[in-house]
Amino acid sequence: MEIEHLSRRTLLGGVCTGAAFAAVPSWAQGHSIHGGHGSSHGRGGPRIPAGFGELSGEVIDLTVGSGHRIVEGRRGPGIAVNGSVPGPLIRLREGQNVKLNVTNNLNADTSIHWHGLLVPFQMDGVPGISFPGIRPRQTFTYEFPIRQSGTYWYHSHSGLQEQSGHYGPLIIDPADPEPVEYDRDYILLLSDFTVLDPHFIMSRLRTGEGYFNRQLSSWTDNYPMSGEERRMWAEMRMPATDIMDIGAPTYTFLANGRGPKEGLEYLFRQGERIRLRVINGSAQSFFNVRIPGLPMTIIAADGQKVRPVEVDEFQIGTAETYDVVVTPGKADAYAIVGESMDRSGMALAMLASLPGARASVPPLRDPPLLTMADMGMNHGPAEEGGHGGMDHGSTDHEAMGHGADAEAPAAASHSMDGMSMRDTSLLPPDVEIGPGVDMVSMTPVDKMGDPGLGLRDVKHRVLNYRMLAALEANRDTREPSRLLELHLTGNMERYMWSFDGRMYSAVSDLPIRFAWNERVRVKLVNNTMMAHPIHLHGMFFELVNGKNADQQPRKNVVIVQPGASAQFDLTANEPGDWAFHCHLIYHMHGGMMQTVTVVGPGGEK
Amino acid sequence: MTVRVSIISVALLGAALIATPADAQHAGHSIPAPMPNPVPSRAPAPPTADPHAGHTMPADPAPTADPMAGMDHSQMDHGSAEDTTSISPGPTMETPPPPEAGSGPPRAADIIWGADAMRASRQDLQRTHGEFNVFWLQGDRFETQIRNGREGYLWDLQSYYGGPTSRFWFKSEGEGSFGERIEDAEVQALYSRAIAPFWDLQAGVRQDLTGPSTTHAVIGVQGLAPYLFEVDAAVFVSHRGDVTAHVDAELDQRITQSLILQPRAEINLAAQDVPRLGMGAGIDKVELGVRLRYEIIREFAPYIGIEQSWHVGGSADYARVRGEDPSATNYVVGIRFWF
Repeated sequence: MEIEHLSRRTLLGGVCTGAAFAAVPSWAQGHSIHGGHGSSHGRGGPRIPAGFGELSGEVIDLTVGSGHRIVEGRRGPGIAVNGSVPGPLIRLREGQNVKLNVTNNLNADTSIHWHGLLVPFQMDGVPGISFPGIRPRQTFTYEFPIRQSGTYWYHSHSGLQEQSGHYGPLIIDPADPEPVEYDRDYILLLSDFTVLDPHFIMSRLRTGEGYFNRQLSSWTDNYPMSGEERRMWAEMRMPATDIMDIGAPTYTFLANGRGPKEGLEYLFRQGERIRLRVINGSAQSFFNVRIPGLPMTIIAADGQKVRPVEVDEFQIGTAETYDVVVTPGKADAYAIVGESMDRSGMALAMLASLPGARASVPPLRDPPLLTMADMGMNHGPAEEGGHGGMDHGSTDHEAMGHGADAEAPAAASHSMDGMSMRDTSLLPPDVEIGPGVDMVSMTPVDKMGDPGLGLRDVKHRVLNYRMLAALEANRDTREPSRLLELHLTGNMERYMWSFDGRMYSAVSDLPIRFAWNERVRVKLVNNTMMAHPIHLHGMFFELVNGKNADQQPRKNVVIVQPGASAQFDLTANEPGDWAFHCHLIYHMHGGMMQTVTVVGPGGEK
Repeated sequence: MTVRVSIISVALLGAALIATPADAQHAGHSIPAPMPNPVPSRAPAPPTADPHAGHTMPADPAPTADPMAGMDHSQMDHGSAEDTTSISPGPTMETPPPPEAGSGPPRAADIIWGADAMRASRQDLQRTHGEFNVFWLQGDRFETQIRNGREGYLWDLQSYYGGPTSRFWFKSEGEGSFGERIEDAEVQALYSRAIAPFWDLQAGVRQDLTGPSTTHAVIGVQGLAPYLFEVDAAVFVSHRGDVTAHVDAELDQRITQSLILQPRAEINLAAQDVPRLGMGAGIDKVELGVRLRYEIIREFAPYIGIEQSWHVGGSADYARVRGEDPSATNYVVGIRFWF
């Protein structure tokens, strides 16, 4: 009954979005609500509903409050913007000015960071870097011109509030007509829900190795690993099964705030072109997104238009956005599957031709395993394994997305003898070598062509960064004048994460500095076994992905694959101090963060 | 307490953006259309630059002519990891920033908001991103022991408070038989500092709570050895000058996600006879045990197990003098917990 009701509204489109906002509870509009106990993650307070309304205009009022959320019967802490999780869609138009009045009804400081938006640095919303934060009962006014268009989002940059629901979508309509035609425009915001206090999660990540991983290797698992490989991983003290640190059942994966059994539905008519704006607003999750039976044409990445490219699946790292266009065919329904990268669960929505129409949902695929290539072992015997698909795989040679490092454990044929997983002489002298560095990638290679963990051996077309090309030519195509190499470092056991071996707490006063308008190539080298979605605030960078400089895709998040490197070119033309960090929230709090300072045109900071 | 919100009316509506009217310019733009490949000339990999020399695949086949597959085809089969051959030109050696990049801490926000206004948030950001303290307490063994019909007990607790590389540790171990005086009990207070990714160096004091009052200086290492053995090794120098040592190692063998078999070994050593403590020089005591635990939750796991201990050499003699069997088999039932 609920479904039917809602579906009718969905058909009505804009009418119901207005109605939705009217339904925001009174507490969210300024009344005091209070979870008590001095924590911003209380479970008390009103229930926060899933889903969101829409706001637009020159002046937008937002209120941050706490309450509780119930997802598929499980009750967890909630922090909501305007009383819903996700928070309301903020819909703006390129060229307008906007004033956003953010009122804090929590009893802890809060903030909103406009992810991907080009703003003056003091409006970027990072307490301690761009502004002092928003104190309880205070209203802070953000004000800036809108200089871009596309699909973005916003979220808290205070504490761990994002995990509890403090995020929402932000769409900017272009001043010029859209270059791509479509009949319907939908948002799919993926996120992760937990019943736990995020501070508890942080603490357990530091104290309990593998605490949230329910797919650890064991005597009775089904992982295709030989005894020799298992012993090798044990010898190295590295978990081959640590794909995301946290998975189901700790997390329930959400689509627009709803669990997979809660029936998110997008209506379509056969043959319509549907634009789906996919936002990964999770705290710590990667998703592999596919719609069985429907190819997807990627038209934008991180809000920036790209040359259309058709795929069957793509991985979306934390904080990335992709816009895709699909054209549903004759089926009554299609399942939009956002499978978590560790395959412990999925976010789920339906494209439905009739309210309530349901497509069959594919089962979770087997969880992927890390390989020796994810330790940067790309030479010697490992390489043969790593390239099995390409060298001999004539049968599936044409199978797309293939040939990256073998998903099948490749390392069995050789031992670690004579190879060091922590040869610190491979690191440049500016990396601090200490207990916070548990691994050094042996031969880090550029993996722009890697579709991501779990997707290297699937039999259909999968997106990778090499396939992205800017639709509109980049303005600055100067050859970078210098290279900045940053090493992503970590210690899984201690849950320390850092750039160049120093956690943020050690480098908060040592920014990465760029001169005004300097053109820099930044090389990120991942000396850990996890994929890190690295995010730079305030500016787009261009992925060095094999395209000509004017077509390198603009992004603000780049996934650096385990043991691999990734490069981007940056024009430092947004003066001020900016946050630069891994967008996995517990990695950021574990230390993988630094400030970037861009000196202004007159030489001022 | 709970405000009943009209959930239904808000639900699902996020999905409903209005279908954009076709103001966008038309067709011709249909997306799957083949597009000119943007990269005019991507040469095959120069053999020297390619770490996989021997590959015969060109770096980019770039079959722009294929109208159906369009670009995906060409892009995908080199979805392979690592051709770095055709990137746009740029520097390959890291160089320091130019002087115009300035120096000093990041203080741009101070100019806008004032240094006083920024201070608290700066400190908070620094304190919560990296080095922050956590508390951990574990009762690794908290058990009843059944030996020759006589029932005893044992505890083995440890706890730390501190950051990821610098911590204060507290340890306590003790055992006894029900209805009798505690046989052994000790506490240790240690400062622990990371000396390697998996190892901490620990130093501090140990106080024996039973027998002749004894205080020891402690220096040891604790950490995770290759093959995931949890190792704790320490040397003790008592205030009387006796030197003893202790090594224990445990290994978690996961049978399922919740059922864990834990072999454990412990060796106590003495550099000299310590008659007062009933220890003989050399190996004093060896324990081998195995415990099978079930993690109801990660933090709470009841277990059963069996443990064999031997007093060796001089210590065995002391045990016989006391009228004890130098070797003993214990059946154990206990709880492992932590938080």
